[in-house]
Amino acid sequence: MEEIVRVEGVSFAYDGLPALVDINLSIYRGDFLAIIGPNGSGKTTLLKIMVGLLKPRQGRVWLFQQPLETFNQWFRIGYIQQKATNFDPIFPISVAEVIAASLNSASRPAGAVRTPVRQKILEALQIVGLEQEADKPLNSLSGGQQQRVFIARALATDPEILLLDEPTTGVDYPSQENFYDLLGQLNKQKQLTIVLVTHDYGIVNRHVNRVACLNQKLVYHGEHSEFCQSDRFRQLLHGGHHLISHRH
Amino acid sequence: MISSLFLRALLAGGCLALACGLLGVFLVLRRDAMISHGLSHVAFAGVALGLALNLMPVVFSVAVCLAGSIVILRLKEQARLPGDTAIALLSSAGLALAILLMSIKRDFGAELMSYLFGDILAIGPSEIYLAAGLAVAVLAAILLNLPRLMFMTFDREAASVAGIRLSRLDRLLVMLSAVTIVLGLRIVGLLLVTGLTVIPAASALQLARNFRQTLFLSCLFSLLSIMGGITLAYVLDLPASAAIIFLSLIIFSLGYMIRKRR
Repeated sequence: MEEIVRVEGVSFAYDGLPALVDINLSIYRGDFLAIIGPNGSGKTTLLKIMVGLLKPRQGRVWLFQQPLETFNQWFRIGYIQQKATNFDPIFPISVAEVIAASLNSASRPAGAVRTPVRQKILEALQIVGLEQEADKPLNSLSGGQQQRVFIARALATDPEILLLDEPTTGVDYPSQENFYDLLGQLNKQKQLTIVLVTHDYGIVNRHVNRVACLNQKLVYHGEHSEFCQSDRFRQLLHGGHHLISHRH
Repeated sequence: MISSLFLRALLAGGCLALACGLLGVFLVLRRDAMISHGLSHVAFAGVALGLALNLMPVVFSVAVCLAGSIVILRLKEQARLPGDTAIALLSSAGLALAILLMSIKRDFGAELMSYLFGDILAIGPSEIYLAAGLAVAVLAAILLNLPRLMFMTFDREAASVAGIRLSRLDRLLVMLSAVTIVLGLRIVGLLLVTGLTVIPAASALQLARNFRQTLFLSCLFSLLSIMGGITLAYVLDLPASAAIIFLSLIIFSLGYMIRKRR
């Protein structure tokens, strides 16, 4: 199976305080990996290191078998950061413009057929069910709809991996369920590799196939089905960690 | 009979209006509006240096202002200073240098003072053409980088992961601001140049529903203010700087009232 992300011996500290210690992790094509852990466990830091937003103090990261330092095929990566919907409310931007900004800025694979931007925008919005909203101002949409716009933006460049950092923060519960159903569909139907940082494992566990449990160190990394049988899962379920949603 | 001076002023003013209209949108949305204020003080020091050394003040001022813009960026990035503090530091330094030079070499005080208030109708033809050329260069640089600038301004983190080199674009934007400010200094002067870049964009934000409209309206309002202001000044013998800024404030007030009534 093709290795898409490799994290090797990565450590990171904020002002001398360790956030990640010797993390080793591989992500393969078609994986739906949930990175879980308590607050301050280093989940967001790890994701930011994977996409080059933070430089590790030690260790290395490979994307598509290329060292991160020399990687330049960013169109293969879709990223949605934490609180993406907390954008500047006075920023005048339409749904289509959010996606166009990304499409017009992205580098392209050599020899790629250039699809008209408007067509790509509508195709991406169709996937998330928002093609009718293309010309509406972004701030006129609900939180759940805005979240879908950011998914559409991430998908518009036809990425092979989607990395999301607690993407449903501040979104109502039914919208969260719809959102994760959509991610599940994209993973199964389009073979899109997904890496999802979440503190609410309960709402995503029916979609993921692999789990990385983090608490500065990598506590567990493996199959979701094995994780559910493990002592670690039972500890999380009964130990008061805010990782498991009890709404199911 | 319309004088050639008036027509040349309209030409340079029109080019600068478009540059200010586009640039202002990015400065306002990035919360960098006051960078114009800081850079105008640095440009003033550049003019003083140019006059003291008997060099072409506008050209010298562009060079000093570009250097100042890089210092502001460095201070923001490396001295752990908030942007407005870095701007305050540099604007004080710029003004202090200008005052010092004026006290040492007393013979150019009156000419330096003309840069406080600006007057496009009092500029010679060569300077007008230089201003028009620089304004067109600023305009071209913004248009060439428009999608990347828009992406970065809206969402820095996602833009960075998309492979956009943010530091390079930050530098470009602040350097374009520096050039625009020096040109604006000649038209409306140090005291009003911030308004030239900020007010049309602020007016556009009252009415626009998307980014394209914002850019279009900001350029339109900037054109109306500068061309209208120059015309009013020429016809009614008013100071052009005051006429331009008052016109832009009237447009802002109208925009604000329309938005409130929606």
